[in-house]
Amino acid sequence: MNLRRLWAIMQKEVRQMRRDRITLAMIMVLPIVQLVLFGYAINLNLRGLDAAIVDQAQTSDSRALVMDMLATDVIRPVATAHTPDQVIDLIRRGRINVGVVIPPDFEARKQDGRPVAQVLVDGSDATVAGAAAQLAQTPVDSRLPDAHAPYASTPSVPRIVVTSFYNPERRSAVNIVPGLVGVILTMTMVLFTAIAIVRERERGNMELLIATPLTSTELMLGKVVPYVLIGLVQTTVILALGRWLFDVPIRGSLLDVYFAALLLIASNLTLGLLISSRAQSQFQAMQMTFFIFLPSILLSGFMFPFSGMPKLAQWIAELLPLTHFLRLIRGIMLRNASLLDLWGDALALVAFIAVMMTGAILRFRKRLD
Amino acid sequence: MNEAPAIHVRGLTRRFGQLLAVDHVDLDVPHGRVYGFLGPNGSGKSTTIRMLCGLLTPTDGEIEVLGLRVPQQAEDLRRRIGYMTQSFSLFADLTVGENLEFIAEILGVPRERKRPRITELMDRYRLADRRHQLAGTMSGGQKQRLALACAVMHEPELLFLDEPTSAVDPESRREFWEALFELTDAGTTLLVSTHLMDEAERCHRLAILDRGRLVADGTPGELTRALDGRTWLVESDDPRRAQRALVDAPGVLGIAQVGHALRLLAEGGQGDGFAAALEQRLSRAGQSARLHPTPPNLEDVFVAATRPGERERVA
Repeated sequence: MNLRRLWAIMQKEVRQMRRDRITLAMIMVLPIVQLVLFGYAINLNLRGLDAAIVDQAQTSDSRALVMDMLATDVIRPVATAHTPDQVIDLIRRGRINVGVVIPPDFEARKQDGRPVAQVLVDGSDATVAGAAAQLAQTPVDSRLPDAHAPYASTPSVPRIVVTSFYNPERRSAVNIVPGLVGVILTMTMVLFTAIAIVRERERGNMELLIATPLTSTELMLGKVVPYVLIGLVQTTVILALGRWLFDVPIRGSLLDVYFAALLLIASNLTLGLLISSRAQSQFQAMQMTFFIFLPSILLSGFMFPFSGMPKLAQWIAELLPLTHFLRLIRGIMLRNASLLDLWGDALALVAFIAVMMTGAILRFRKRLD
Repeated sequence: MNEAPAIHVRGLTRRFGQLLAVDHVDLDVPHGRVYGFLGPNGSGKSTTIRMLCGLLTPTDGEIEVLGLRVPQQAEDLRRRIGYMTQSFSLFADLTVGENLEFIAEILGVPRERKRPRITELMDRYRLADRRHQLAGTMSGGQKQRLALACAVMHEPELLFLDEPTSAVDPESRREFWEALFELTDAGTTLLVSTHLMDEAERCHRLAILDRGRLVADGTPGELTRALDGRTWLVESDDPRRAQRALVDAPGVLGIAQVGHALRLLAEGGQGDGFAAALEQRLSRAGQSARLHPTPPNLEDVFVAATRPGERERVA
């Protein structure tokens, strides 16, 4: 690796970018347009939310209530917890979306007409919060239709209370904006690098470059690094606008936010490089980019909650960098989780980067055949 | 002059699927000369040059360039050769100065040499007043000079030029060739591919390629002298009819209209009666035409070298 040659490539890329006004405009305008478009709510019903249930009463009625809730298919128990604190912790770490807590004095509360159970929900996803509200409609005393009529008829006291964490007002923008960072980075970063190399091949520049002592690694890195900076600028624009237009909070550390963004940027750039090593024309590169981009939008959990999707779709989604980034960014920005709390997804992105970069460098031959 | 040739090639072969692009070519290119590759489009000139630079892997054969084995030692070779591609391959959206700077960095011109070298090249190739112009907006001749300046940036010992002047006017072409001879004066070896006869005539030595095979090799003088006595000029009032009458005549290898006359190339070993026999044939066709001997040129060499192959294929 020769730093002088690497620097020459980077400098050339920046100079070419500076003269390409349309691309420059895209870099700034695209995030703004998308932010405004997606800022409006997309609400959907869903089923199969990951849940933990704590039944501290363990009476036949409390168990019946749990069974009724499970029968709605809205929740699916995936973790065990014994105290409300454990449930809250599971939500913060992103392990579950919903927690159901039935207190030890369930029977007494039922007699008194007080709330008998609490549904704890990760409100950072508005659709999940909506589903939890639906869960709270489960009738508490369906098994005993006549027993305590006087109390049950008091309509002013809800029998199951929904407590929404992290997004009490259930504003979808709070959920959409962090996701939008990921969507915009996926769209622009993959496309820019995919095209950057194919364009040089189409224009004949590549034949000149490979006849020089320039190495594959220098060429690849030199092309990618300027785009990393652009990706960080885009991230900043979206976060700032999200704050200003939609009052989206950043509860976790800003450093973690940018580190997560860096991981996604690098994932997408290396993916773009791999595409460019296969594509024969800019048009092909564009097609291949959209082939990746569509599932990213649809399956990553940006549009439709991850837990609601069939198993096969979830497996595919696990292969997409955007899926992991969404978990990271929502965790950090909305639930004040740290990158360490979410190490699994961070590691998945690092692995993705390593595989893609190796693939791209191996596939790129300093040959024309 | 060095005793070993600059380029030494034996049995060089390249296939693209079913197509045999280069077919067992043997070459020896001496140092410090302009060596020409003459051949029609698709004859394997570019493929051969790309294999010599290590850009394409040969299917078979041995290549030694400047004493290095290719493609095994291609990376070491890249520091010592320059390559000017057939189509303009510099960056259209960078200025002349930026292109030169970029190439200087990539080719590793020492930092303290960079500025003076770029200034020197811009002066020599008349680019100084274009320094801040985008390369994509220049004329064909100017692009050519920029491409040459970039190709010789690191003062290579050997320079490959793939059809360097096919896109420029004759005036620029002459100027360009003057620049090439300046390079050979300084000791650089040049390998130039072309399909233009006037360009081929300027080379010190020529190899003629036809459908991937090397069909002739020698100095322009040697190659044309070999055709002495086989080239004729046919003067006729109706050259097109005369051409139809002669095209199938025995002993005629090729015939082409040049203005009002026809240029005729005969097969070797024709007797003294050849011209008279053809004149008789013309008068039978109602043509009064006369044949004069004319000195052979490179186009005749080219026709003589490439036609027999085609005959075999047709037969």
